[in-house]
Amino acid sequence: MAWTWFHRLASPPHIYRVAGRLMPWLAWPAAVLIVAGLIGGLVLAPPDYQQGDGYRIIYVHAPSAWMSLLVYTTMAVAAAIGLIWRMKVAHAVAASCAPIGASFTFAALVTGSLWGAPMWGTYWQWDPRLTSELILLLLYLGYMGLRSAFDDLQRADRASAVLAIVGVVNVPIIHYSVIWWNSLHQAPSVMRLGKPTMPPSMLFPLLMMLVGFTLFFGALLLVRLRGEVLSRERTASWIREALRP
Amino acid sequence: MTDSGAMRRDPAAHLGGQEAPKTRDARWQAGAASPLATARLVLARDLKLAFRKRSQLVQPLAFFAIVTTLFPLGVSPELPRLRPMAAGVVWAAALLSSLLALELLFRDDAQDGTLEQYALSGRSLTWLLAAKTAAHWLLTGLPLALMAPLAAIALGAPGAAVPGILASVAVGTVALSLIGSIGAGLTLGIRRSGALLSLLTLPLEIPVLIFGARATELAIDGAAYGVPLRLLGALAVLGLTLAPLAAAAAVRINLE
Amino acid sequence: MSAFLDMGGYAAYVWPSYAVTLTVMILNIVWARRLLQRSRKEAMHRLAIGGTAK
Repeated sequence: MAWTWFHRLASPPHIYRVAGRLMPWLAWPAAVLIVAGLIGGLVLAPPDYQQGDGYRIIYVHAPSAWMSLLVYTTMAVAAAIGLIWRMKVAHAVAASCAPIGASFTFAALVTGSLWGAPMWGTYWQWDPRLTSELILLLLYLGYMGLRSAFDDLQRADRASAVLAIVGVVNVPIIHYSVIWWNSLHQAPSVMRLGKPTMPPSMLFPLLMMLVGFTLFFGALLLVRLRGEVLSRERTASWIREALRP
Repeated sequence: MTDSGAMRRDPAAHLGGQEAPKTRDARWQAGAASPLATARLVLARDLKLAFRKRSQLVQPLAFFAIVTTLFPLGVSPELPRLRPMAAGVVWAAALLSSLLALELLFRDDAQDGTLEQYALSGRSLTWLLAAKTAAHWLLTGLPLALMAPLAAIALGAPGAAVPGILASVAVGTVALSLIGSIGAGLTLGIRRSGALLSLLTLPLEIPVLIFGARATELAIDGAAYGVPLRLLGALAVLGLTLAPLAAAAAVRINLE
Repeated sequence: MSAFLDMGGYAAYVWPSYAVTLTVMILNIVWARRLLQRSRKEAMHRLAIGGTAK
Protein backbone atom coordinates (compact mmCIF):
# COMPACT_ATOMS: atom_id res chain seq x y z
CA MET A 1 0.00 0.00 0.00
CA ALA A 2 2.65 2.42 1.06
CA TRP A 3 4.49 1.80 -2.18
CA THR A 4 1.71 2.79 -4.55
CA TRP A 5 3.02 6.34 -4.83
CA PHE A 6 6.38 4.92 -5.81
CA HIS A 7 4.88 2.82 -8.58
CA ARG A 8 2.76 5.69 -9.78
CA LEU A 9 5.86 7.83 -9.84
CA ALA A 10 7.45 5.23 -12.07
CA SER A 11 4.63 5.29 -14.57
CA PRO A 12 5.41 7.49 -17.59
CA PRO A 13 1.87 8.80 -18.22
CA HIS A 14 1.56 9.83 -14.61
CA ILE A 15 4.96 11.53 -14.66
CA TYR A 16 4.17 13.30 -17.90
CA ARG A 17 0.94 14.69 -16.48
CA VAL A 18 2.25 15.59 -13.02
CA ALA A 19 5.43 17.18 -14.40
CA GLY A 20 3.38 19.37 -16.70
CA ARG A 21 1.12 20.48 -13.88
CA LEU A 22 3.92 21.01 -11.36
CA MET A 23 6.27 22.93 -13.64
CA PRO A 24 4.69 26.45 -13.32
CA TRP A 25 4.64 26.07 -9.54
CA LEU A 26 8.42 25.90 -9.61
CA ALA A 27 9.10 28.23 -12.53
CA TRP A 28 7.20 31.27 -11.26
CA PRO A 29 8.61 31.32 -7.72
CA ALA A 30 12.04 30.75 -9.29
CA ALA A 31 11.58 33.77 -11.56
CA VAL A 32 10.36 35.97 -8.68
CA LEU A 33 13.18 34.91 -6.37
CA ILE A 34 15.88 35.35 -8.99
CA VAL A 35 14.64 38.83 -9.99
CA ALA A 36 14.37 39.84 -6.31
CA GLY A 37 17.82 38.39 -5.64
CA LEU A 38 19.27 40.30 -8.59
CA ILE A 39 17.79 43.59 -7.36
CA GLY A 40 18.90 42.86 -3.82
CA GLY A 41 22.38 41.82 -4.87
CA LEU A 42 23.09 44.47 -7.48
CA VAL A 43 21.27 47.48 -5.99
CA LEU A 44 20.33 47.11 -2.35
CA ALA A 45 23.31 45.25 -0.88
CA PRO A 46 26.13 47.58 0.22
CA PRO A 47 29.58 47.35 -1.39
CA ASP A 48 32.06 45.11 0.38
CA TYR A 49 34.63 46.88 2.52
CA GLN A 50 37.50 45.04 0.86
CA GLN A 51 36.34 44.06 -2.62
CA GLY A 52 34.08 47.05 -3.35
CA ASP A 53 31.43 46.18 -5.89
CA GLY A 54 33.51 43.35 -7.31
CA TYR A 55 32.14 40.90 -4.77
CA ARG A 56 28.68 41.16 -6.39
CA ILE A 57 29.77 38.37 -8.74
CA ILE A 58 29.02 36.06 -5.81
CA TYR A 59 25.30 36.37 -6.57
CA VAL A 60 25.78 34.49 -9.83
CA HIS A 61 28.94 32.50 -9.09
CA ALA A 62 27.82 30.83 -5.86
CA PRO A 63 24.40 29.72 -7.18
CA SER A 64 26.04 28.34 -10.35
CA ALA A 65 28.61 26.43 -8.30
CA TRP A 66 25.82 25.16 -6.03
CA MET A 67 23.90 24.00 -9.10
CA SER A 68 26.93 22.15 -10.47
CA LEU A 69 27.07 19.98 -7.35
CA LEU A 70 23.32 19.71 -6.74
CA VAL A 71 22.65 18.58 -10.29
CA TYR A 72 25.46 16.01 -10.22
CA THR A 73 24.18 14.57 -6.95
CA THR A 74 20.61 14.48 -8.26
CA MET A 75 21.85 12.77 -11.40
CA ALA A 76 23.75 10.13 -9.43
CA VAL A 77 20.83 9.45 -7.07
CA ALA A 78 18.44 9.13 -10.01
CA ALA A 79 20.92 6.87 -11.80
CA ALA A 80 21.24 4.65 -8.72
CA ILE A 81 17.46 4.38 -8.40
CA GLY A 82 17.22 3.54 -12.08
CA LEU A 83 19.92 0.91 -11.80
CA ILE A 84 18.66 -0.75 -8.62
CA TRP A 85 14.91 -0.75 -9.26
CA ARG A 86 15.15 -0.82 -13.05
CA MET A 87 13.03 2.30 -13.16
CA LYS A 88 12.95 3.86 -16.61
CA VAL A 89 11.73 7.23 -15.39
CA ALA A 90 14.72 7.56 -13.05
CA HIS A 91 17.06 7.03 -15.99
CA ALA A 92 15.16 9.72 -17.85
CA VAL A 93 15.73 12.07 -14.89
CA ALA A 94 19.46 11.32 -14.93
CA ALA A 95 19.63 11.92 -18.68
CA SER A 96 17.82 15.24 -18.24
CA CYS A 97 20.23 16.41 -15.53
CA ALA A 98 23.53 16.20 -17.40
CA PRO A 99 23.23 19.13 -19.86
CA ILE A 100 21.79 21.39 -17.16
CA GLY A 101 24.61 20.57 -14.77
CA ALA A 102 27.33 20.92 -17.39
CA SER A 103 26.09 24.35 -18.48
CA PHE A 104 25.96 25.69 -14.92
CA THR A 105 29.39 24.25 -14.17
CA PHE A 106 30.61 26.18 -17.18
CA ALA A 107 28.94 29.34 -15.82
CA ALA A 108 30.56 28.76 -12.42
CA LEU A 109 33.97 28.43 -14.06
CA VAL A 110 33.62 31.60 -16.15
CA THR A 111 32.22 33.70 -13.31
CA GLY A 112 34.86 32.37 -10.93
CA SER A 113 37.57 33.34 -13.39
CA LEU A 114 36.01 36.80 -13.87
CA TRP A 115 35.79 37.25 -10.12
CA GLY A 116 39.38 36.18 -9.68
CA ALA A 117 40.71 38.47 -12.39
CA PRO A 118 40.64 41.75 -10.40
CA MET A 119 41.48 39.97 -7.12
CA TRP A 120 44.40 37.86 -8.35
CA GLY A 121 45.47 40.04 -11.26
CA THR A 122 45.07 37.09 -13.64
CA TYR A 123 42.10 35.33 -15.20
CA TRP A 124 43.16 31.88 -14.16
CA GLN A 125 44.59 30.79 -10.88
CA TRP A 126 44.85 27.12 -9.85
CA ASP A 127 42.53 27.89 -7.01
CA PRO A 128 41.05 24.73 -5.42
CA ARG A 129 37.46 25.71 -6.15
CA LEU A 130 38.06 26.60 -9.77
CA THR A 131 40.14 23.45 -10.26
CA SER A 132 37.40 21.31 -8.73
CA GLU A 133 34.81 22.95 -10.99
CA LEU A 134 36.99 22.27 -14.01
CA ILE A 135 37.27 18.59 -13.09
CA LEU A 136 33.53 18.47 -12.46
CA LEU A 137 32.93 19.86 -15.94
CA LEU A 138 35.12 17.07 -17.35
CA LEU A 139 33.10 14.51 -15.37
CA TYR A 140 29.90 15.88 -16.90
CA LEU A 141 31.43 15.79 -20.38
CA GLY A 142 32.56 12.20 -19.83
CA TYR A 143 29.07 11.24 -18.67
CA MET A 144 27.45 12.82 -21.71
CA GLY A 145 30.08 11.34 -24.00
CA LEU A 146 29.51 7.83 -22.65
CA ARG A 147 25.74 8.21 -22.91
CA SER A 148 25.89 9.32 -26.52
CA ALA A 149 28.37 6.59 -27.49
CA PHE A 150 25.75 3.84 -27.21
CA ASP A 151 23.09 3.19 -29.83
CA ASP A 152 21.02 1.13 -27.45
CA LEU A 153 19.18 3.40 -25.02
CA GLN A 154 18.93 0.87 -22.21
CA ARG A 155 22.61 0.15 -22.34
CA ALA A 156 23.38 3.88 -22.42
CA ASP A 157 21.16 4.40 -19.38
CA ARG A 158 22.74 1.68 -17.32
CA ALA A 159 26.37 2.25 -18.29
CA SER A 160 26.13 5.98 -17.66
CA ALA A 161 24.39 5.23 -14.37
CA VAL A 162 27.43 3.23 -13.21
CA LEU A 163 29.67 6.12 -14.23
CA ALA A 164 27.51 8.66 -12.35
CA ILE A 165 27.67 6.58 -9.18
CA VAL A 166 31.43 6.09 -9.46
CA GLY A 167 31.73 9.82 -10.11
CA VAL A 168 29.70 10.84 -7.08
CA VAL A 169 31.86 8.65 -4.85
CA ASN A 170 34.90 10.33 -6.34
CA VAL A 171 33.76 13.96 -6.25
CA PRO A 172 34.49 14.50 -2.53
CA ILE A 173 37.82 12.66 -2.84
CA ILE A 174 38.78 14.84 -5.79
CA HIS A 175 37.63 17.96 -3.95
CA TYR A 176 39.63 17.30 -0.79
CA SER A 177 42.71 16.10 -2.65
CA VAL A 178 42.65 19.30 -4.70
CA ILE A 179 42.36 21.40 -1.53
CA TRP A 180 45.25 19.44 -0.01
CA TRP A 181 47.32 19.88 -3.16
CA ASN A 182 46.62 23.57 -3.22
CA SER A 183 47.52 24.10 0.42
CA LEU A 184 50.99 22.65 -0.31
CA HIS A 185 51.86 24.78 -3.25
CA GLN A 186 50.51 28.20 -2.38
CA ALA A 187 51.19 30.81 0.20
CA PRO A 188 48.76 30.50 3.12
CA SER A 189 47.27 33.93 2.35
CA VAL A 190 45.15 32.65 -0.53
CA MET A 191 42.25 34.89 -1.35
CA ARG A 192 39.10 33.01 -0.49
CA LEU A 193 36.09 33.46 -2.71
CA GLY A 194 33.19 34.23 -0.45
CA LYS A 195 33.19 35.21 3.17
CA PRO A 196 32.37 33.32 6.31
CA THR A 197 30.37 36.19 7.78
CA MET A 198 28.12 38.45 5.74
CA PRO A 199 25.71 41.11 6.95
CA PRO A 200 22.05 40.17 6.32
CA SER A 201 21.66 42.74 3.53
CA MET A 202 24.30 40.82 1.58
CA LEU A 203 23.22 37.38 2.70
CA PHE A 204 19.51 37.58 1.91
CA PRO A 205 19.89 38.21 -1.83
CA LEU A 206 22.36 35.31 -1.93
CA LEU A 207 19.90 32.97 -0.22
CA MET A 208 17.16 34.11 -2.60
CA MET A 209 19.40 33.37 -5.56
CA LEU A 210 20.31 29.93 -4.19
CA VAL A 211 16.68 28.96 -3.64
CA GLY A 212 15.66 30.56 -6.94
CA PHE A 213 18.31 28.61 -8.89
CA THR A 214 17.26 25.38 -7.18
CA LEU A 215 13.63 25.91 -8.15
CA PHE A 216 14.75 26.87 -11.65
CA PHE A 217 16.62 23.57 -11.88
CA GLY A 218 13.46 21.78 -10.79
CA ALA A 219 11.41 23.50 -13.50
CA LEU A 220 14.01 22.79 -16.20
CA LEU A 221 14.22 19.17 -15.08
CA LEU A 222 10.45 18.74 -15.34
CA VAL A 223 10.31 20.17 -18.87
CA ARG A 224 13.21 18.01 -20.01
CA LEU A 225 11.78 14.97 -18.26
CA ARG A 226 8.51 15.32 -20.18
CA GLY A 227 10.43 15.43 -23.43
CA GLU A 228 12.56 12.41 -22.44
CA VAL A 229 9.53 10.39 -21.35
CA LEU A 230 7.74 11.14 -24.62
CA SER A 231 10.66 10.14 -26.80
CA ARG A 232 11.37 7.00 -24.77
CA GLU A 233 7.83 5.64 -24.75
CA ARG A 234 7.72 5.13 -28.45
CA THR A 235 4.41 3.42 -29.02
CA ALA A 236 2.46 3.71 -25.80
CA SER A 237 -1.18 4.55 -26.33
CA TRP A 238 -1.22 7.02 -23.45
CA ILE A 239 0.77 9.41 -25.63
CA ARG A 240 -2.19 9.47 -28.00
CA GLU A 241 -4.36 10.60 -25.12
CA ALA A 242 -1.85 13.08 -23.74
CA LEU A 243 -1.16 14.77 -27.04
CA ARG A 244 -4.70 14.92 -28.36
CA PRO A 245 -5.35 18.61 -29.02
CA MET B 1 50.99 -19.67 -31.37
CA THR B 2 49.09 -22.91 -31.94
CA ASP B 3 48.84 -23.35 -28.25
CA SER B 4 47.33 -19.89 -27.98
CA GLY B 5 44.81 -20.85 -30.65
CA ALA B 6 43.68 -23.80 -28.61
CA MET B 7 43.19 -21.56 -25.66
CA ARG B 8 41.10 -19.22 -27.78
CA ARG B 9 38.87 -21.94 -29.20
CA ASP B 10 37.50 -22.83 -25.83
CA PRO B 11 37.73 -19.50 -24.09
CA ALA B 12 36.72 -20.63 -20.66
CA ALA B 13 38.70 -23.88 -20.72
CA HIS B 14 40.92 -22.61 -17.96
CA LEU B 15 37.84 -22.25 -15.80
CA GLY B 16 37.26 -25.94 -16.02
CA GLY B 17 35.85 -27.00 -19.39
CA GLN B 18 36.21 -30.50 -20.80
CA GLU B 19 39.64 -29.89 -22.27
CA ALA B 20 41.03 -28.64 -19.02
CA PRO B 21 43.43 -30.80 -17.04
CA LYS B 22 41.83 -33.34 -14.75
CA THR B 23 42.95 -31.86 -11.47
CA ARG B 24 41.67 -28.37 -12.22
CA ASP B 25 38.49 -29.79 -13.66
CA ALA B 26 37.87 -31.89 -10.62
CA ARG B 27 38.46 -29.00 -8.32
CA TRP B 28 36.00 -26.94 -10.31
CA GLN B 29 33.32 -29.58 -10.55
CA ALA B 30 33.43 -30.30 -6.89
CA GLY B 31 32.59 -26.69 -6.28
CA ALA B 32 35.58 -26.57 -4.03
CA ALA B 33 36.99 -23.66 -6.01
CA SER B 34 36.66 -20.66 -3.76
CA PRO B 35 36.40 -17.27 -5.44
CA LEU B 36 40.04 -16.77 -4.61
CA ALA B 37 41.13 -20.03 -6.26
CA THR B 38 39.11 -19.18 -9.37
CA ALA B 39 40.65 -15.74 -9.43
CA ARG B 40 44.09 -17.30 -9.23
CA LEU B 41 43.35 -19.43 -12.31
CA VAL B 42 42.22 -16.36 -14.24
CA LEU B 43 45.30 -14.44 -13.15
CA ALA B 44 47.62 -17.25 -14.24
CA ARG B 45 45.87 -17.55 -17.57
CA ASP B 46 46.03 -13.78 -18.25
CA LEU B 47 49.72 -13.69 -17.43
CA LYS B 48 50.39 -16.69 -19.65
CA LEU B 49 48.53 -15.13 -22.58
CA ALA B 50 50.27 -11.80 -22.09
CA PHE B 51 53.72 -13.36 -22.24
CA ARG B 52 52.82 -14.88 -25.61
CA LYS B 53 52.46 -11.35 -27.01
CA ARG B 54 55.62 -9.77 -25.71
CA SER B 55 55.55 -6.76 -28.03
CA GLN B 56 52.17 -5.75 -26.69
CA LEU B 57 53.59 -6.10 -23.23
CA VAL B 58 56.46 -3.75 -23.91
CA GLN B 59 54.40 -1.03 -25.59
CA PRO B 60 53.17 0.83 -22.48
CA LEU B 61 56.72 0.82 -21.12
CA ALA B 62 58.15 2.17 -24.35
CA PHE B 63 55.39 4.77 -24.29
CA PHE B 64 56.39 5.75 -20.77
CA ALA B 65 60.00 6.12 -21.89
CA ILE B 66 59.12 8.29 -24.88
CA VAL B 67 56.81 10.58 -22.89
CA THR B 68 59.47 11.20 -20.24
CA THR B 69 62.00 11.84 -23.01
CA LEU B 70 59.79 14.51 -24.57
CA PHE B 71 60.16 16.78 -21.55
CA PRO B 72 63.92 17.36 -21.59
CA LEU B 73 63.66 17.83 -25.35
CA GLY B 74 60.77 20.25 -24.97
CA VAL B 75 61.99 22.16 -21.93
CA SER B 76 65.73 22.07 -21.45
CA PRO B 77 68.55 19.56 -21.02
CA GLU B 78 69.64 21.20 -17.75
CA LEU B 79 69.00 18.90 -14.82
CA PRO B 80 68.46 21.75 -12.31
CA ARG B 81 65.52 22.91 -14.42
CA LEU B 82 64.14 19.41 -14.94
CA ARG B 83 64.45 18.27 -11.36
CA PRO B 84 61.55 20.33 -9.90
CA MET B 85 59.18 18.88 -12.50
CA ALA B 86 60.51 15.31 -12.43
CA ALA B 87 57.76 14.00 -10.11
CA GLY B 88 54.98 15.55 -12.19
CA VAL B 89 56.44 14.26 -15.46
CA VAL B 90 56.90 10.73 -14.12
CA TRP B 91 53.34 10.63 -12.81
CA ALA B 92 51.70 12.13 -15.86
CA ALA B 93 53.58 9.60 -17.99
CA ALA B 94 52.58 6.76 -15.64
CA LEU B 95 48.89 7.78 -15.86
CA LEU B 96 49.01 7.84 -19.65
CA SER B 97 50.90 4.54 -19.93
CA SER B 98 48.49 2.80 -17.60
CA LEU B 99 45.64 4.21 -19.69
CA LEU B 100 47.21 2.99 -22.92
CA ALA B 101 47.20 -0.60 -21.70
CA LEU B 102 43.62 -0.34 -20.45
CA GLU B 103 41.96 -0.54 -23.81
CA LEU B 104 43.27 -4.08 -24.11
CA LEU B 105 42.25 -5.08 -20.60
CA PHE B 106 38.90 -6.62 -21.54
CA ARG B 107 38.87 -6.24 -25.33
CA ASP B 108 40.23 -9.59 -26.52
CA ASP B 109 38.27 -11.50 -23.92
CA ALA B 110 35.09 -9.70 -24.90
CA GLN B 111 35.62 -10.42 -28.58
CA ASP B 112 36.26 -14.14 -28.28
CA GLY B 113 33.49 -14.68 -25.77
CA THR B 114 35.61 -15.36 -22.72
CA LEU B 115 33.97 -12.61 -20.71
CA GLU B 116 30.55 -13.95 -21.57
CA GLN B 117 31.62 -17.36 -20.34
CA TYR B 118 32.88 -15.76 -17.16
CA ALA B 119 29.56 -13.99 -16.65
CA LEU B 120 27.63 -17.23 -17.25
CA SER B 121 29.98 -19.46 -15.27
CA GLY B 122 28.16 -18.86 -12.03
CA ARG B 123 31.39 -17.70 -10.49
CA SER B 124 31.54 -14.22 -9.06
CA LEU B 125 32.32 -11.92 -11.98
CA THR B 126 33.64 -9.39 -9.48
CA TRP B 127 36.42 -11.76 -8.43
CA LEU B 128 37.26 -12.74 -11.99
CA LEU B 129 37.56 -9.11 -13.04
CA ALA B 130 39.59 -8.32 -9.94
CA ALA B 131 41.98 -11.05 -11.07
CA LYS B 132 42.16 -9.58 -14.57
CA THR B 133 42.86 -6.17 -13.05
CA ALA B 134 45.57 -7.70 -10.90
CA ALA B 135 47.13 -9.12 -14.06
CA HIS B 136 46.95 -5.66 -15.63
CA TRP B 137 48.80 -4.23 -12.65
CA LEU B 138 51.44 -6.96 -12.71
CA LEU B 139 51.98 -6.38 -16.41
CA THR B 140 51.96 -2.56 -16.47
CA GLY B 141 51.92 -1.10 -12.95
CA LEU B 142 54.79 -3.11 -11.57
CA PRO B 143 57.11 -2.63 -14.59
CA LEU B 144 56.24 1.08 -14.54
CA ALA B 145 57.18 1.23 -10.86
CA LEU B 146 60.54 -0.33 -11.77
CA MET B 147 61.06 2.10 -14.64
CA ALA B 148 59.90 5.26 -12.88
CA PRO B 149 63.05 5.64 -10.72
CA LEU B 150 65.20 5.41 -13.85
CA ALA B 151 63.14 8.11 -15.53
CA ALA B 152 63.32 10.26 -12.39
CA ILE B 153 67.10 9.87 -12.21
CA ALA B 154 67.33 10.87 -15.85
CA LEU B 155 65.40 13.99 -14.88
CA GLY B 156 67.78 14.88 -12.08
CA ALA B 157 66.54 12.91 -9.07
CA PRO B 158 69.21 11.62 -6.67
CA GLY B 159 69.83 7.90 -6.28
CA ALA B 160 68.63 8.00 -2.69
CA ALA B 161 65.11 8.75 -3.96
CA VAL B 162 64.76 5.35 -5.65
CA PRO B 163 62.90 3.46 -2.86
CA GLY B 164 60.40 6.28 -2.39
CA ILE B 165 59.64 6.58 -6.10
CA LEU B 166 59.39 2.82 -6.47
CA ALA B 167 56.97 2.54 -3.54
CA SER B 168 54.76 5.45 -4.56
CA VAL B 169 54.44 4.36 -8.19
CA ALA B 170 53.86 0.74 -7.19
CA VAL B 171 51.04 1.66 -4.80
CA GLY B 172 49.60 4.38 -7.03
CA THR B 173 49.37 2.16 -10.10
CA VAL B 174 47.23 -0.29 -8.10
CA ALA B 175 44.65 2.48 -7.80
CA LEU B 176 45.14 3.41 -11.47
CA SER B 177 44.53 -0.16 -12.66
CA LEU B 178 41.41 -0.43 -10.50
CA ILE B 179 39.88 2.88 -11.60
CA GLY B 180 40.85 2.03 -15.14
CA SER B 181 39.04 -1.32 -15.00
CA ILE B 182 35.77 0.57 -14.47
CA GLY B 183 36.41 2.75 -17.51
CA ALA B 184 37.43 -0.24 -19.61
CA GLY B 185 34.29 -2.11 -18.55
CA LEU B 186 32.05 0.85 -19.39
CA THR B 187 33.50 1.39 -22.86
CA LEU B 188 33.63 -2.31 -23.70
CA GLY B 189 30.84 -2.18 -26.27
CA ILE B 190 32.07 0.98 -27.97
CA ARG B 191 34.26 0.95 -31.02
CA ARG B 192 37.22 3.35 -31.14
CA SER B 193 36.77 4.09 -27.46
CA GLY B 194 40.28 5.47 -26.83
CA ALA B 195 39.47 9.17 -26.43
CA LEU B 196 36.28 8.49 -24.47
CA LEU B 197 38.10 6.05 -22.19
CA SER B 198 40.66 8.72 -21.31
CA LEU B 199 37.93 11.34 -20.76
CA LEU B 200 36.15 8.97 -18.36
CA THR B 201 39.21 7.67 -16.54
CA LEU B 202 41.68 10.53 -16.17
CA PRO B 203 39.46 12.91 -14.13
CA LEU B 204 38.76 10.09 -11.68
CA GLU B 205 42.49 9.43 -11.38
CA ILE B 206 43.35 13.00 -10.34
CA PRO B 207 43.58 12.21 -6.59
CA VAL B 208 46.07 9.42 -7.39
CA LEU B 209 48.11 11.87 -9.43
CA ILE B 210 48.08 14.44 -6.62
CA PHE B 211 49.14 12.10 -3.82
CA GLY B 212 51.53 10.10 -6.02
CA ALA B 213 53.32 13.13 -7.41
CA ARG B 214 53.59 14.59 -3.90
CA ALA B 215 55.12 11.38 -2.49
CA THR B 216 57.58 11.22 -5.38
CA GLU B 217 58.43 14.90 -5.03
CA LEU B 218 59.15 14.48 -1.33
CA ALA B 219 61.27 11.41 -2.04
CA ILE B 220 63.28 13.37 -4.62
CA ASP B 221 63.79 16.18 -2.10
CA GLY B 222 64.95 13.64 0.45
CA ALA B 223 62.04 14.41 2.78
CA ALA B 224 59.65 12.05 4.58
CA TYR B 225 56.98 10.86 2.14
CA GLY B 226 54.95 8.69 4.53
CA VAL B 227 51.81 10.86 4.58
CA PRO B 228 51.08 11.02 0.83
CA LEU B 229 52.14 7.39 0.47
CA ARG B 230 49.60 6.37 3.09
CA LEU B 231 46.93 8.47 1.39
CA LEU B 232 47.84 6.71 -1.83
CA GLY B 233 47.49 3.39 -0.04
CA ALA B 234 44.06 4.45 1.22
CA LEU B 235 42.98 5.20 -2.35
CA ALA B 236 44.26 1.80 -3.46
CA VAL B 237 42.34 0.04 -0.66
CA LEU B 238 39.17 1.99 -1.44
CA GLY B 239 39.57 1.09 -5.10
CA LEU B 240 40.20 -2.54 -4.20
CA THR B 241 36.89 -2.76 -2.33
CA LEU B 242 34.69 -0.82 -4.76
CA ALA B 243 36.19 -0.85 -8.26
CA PRO B 244 35.78 -4.58 -9.09
CA LEU B 245 32.08 -4.33 -8.17
CA ALA B 246 31.59 -1.35 -10.49
CA ALA B 247 33.66 -2.99 -13.23
CA ALA B 248 31.61 -6.18 -12.98
CA ALA B 249 28.37 -4.18 -13.23
CA ALA B 250 29.76 -2.31 -16.24
CA VAL B 251 30.88 -5.49 -18.02
CA ARG B 252 27.53 -7.16 -17.40
CA ILE B 253 25.68 -4.20 -18.89
CA ASN B 254 27.80 -4.37 -22.01
CA LEU B 255 27.44 -8.14 -22.40
CA GLU B 256 23.66 -8.20 -22.21
CA MET C 1 22.81 55.40 -12.86
CA SER C 2 26.25 55.61 -14.42
CA ALA C 3 27.72 54.93 -10.98
CA PHE C 4 25.60 51.79 -10.88
CA LEU C 5 26.78 50.70 -14.32
CA ASP C 6 30.38 51.44 -13.37
CA MET C 7 30.20 49.02 -10.41
CA GLY C 8 32.92 50.85 -8.56
CA GLY C 9 35.41 50.19 -11.33
CA TYR C 10 34.58 46.48 -11.55
CA ALA C 11 32.17 46.82 -14.48
CA ALA C 12 34.40 44.82 -16.80
CA TYR C 13 34.15 41.81 -14.45
CA VAL C 14 30.71 42.11 -12.87
CA TRP C 15 28.61 42.60 -15.99
CA PRO C 16 30.17 39.83 -18.09
CA SER C 17 29.60 37.46 -15.15
CA TYR C 18 25.92 38.32 -15.03
CA ALA C 19 25.70 38.16 -18.81
CA VAL C 20 27.25 34.68 -18.95
CA THR C 21 25.00 33.35 -16.20
CA LEU C 22 21.85 34.83 -17.72
CA THR C 23 22.82 33.46 -21.14
CA VAL C 24 23.28 30.00 -19.65
CA MET C 25 19.87 30.25 -17.96
CA ILE C 26 18.11 31.42 -21.12
CA LEU C 27 19.84 28.77 -23.23
CA ASN C 28 18.71 26.13 -20.74
CA ILE C 29 15.12 27.31 -21.08
CA VAL C 30 15.38 27.27 -24.87
CA TRP C 31 17.03 23.82 -24.96
CA ALA C 32 14.52 22.29 -22.56
CA ARG C 33 11.53 23.68 -24.46
CA ARG C 34 12.99 22.62 -27.77
CA LEU C 35 13.53 19.07 -26.47
CA LEU C 36 9.92 18.84 -25.32
CA GLN C 37 8.57 20.32 -28.52
CA ARG C 38 10.65 18.02 -30.69
CA SER C 39 9.58 14.96 -28.70
CA ARG C 40 5.94 15.99 -29.06
CA LYS C 41 6.24 16.53 -32.77
CA GLU C 42 7.99 13.20 -33.25
CA ALA C 43 5.43 11.38 -31.13
CA MET C 44 2.58 12.91 -33.08
CA HIS C 45 4.24 12.07 -36.33
CA ARG C 46 4.76 8.52 -35.15
CA LEU C 47 1.23 8.05 -33.94
CA ALA C 48 -0.20 10.05 -36.84
CA ILE C 49 -2.18 12.38 -34.64
CA GLY C 50 -3.47 15.48 -36.38
CA GLY C 51 -3.28 19.00 -34.99
CA THR C 52 -0.44 20.96 -33.47
CA ALA C 53 1.34 20.73 -30.18
CA LYS C 54 -0.38 22.55 -27.42
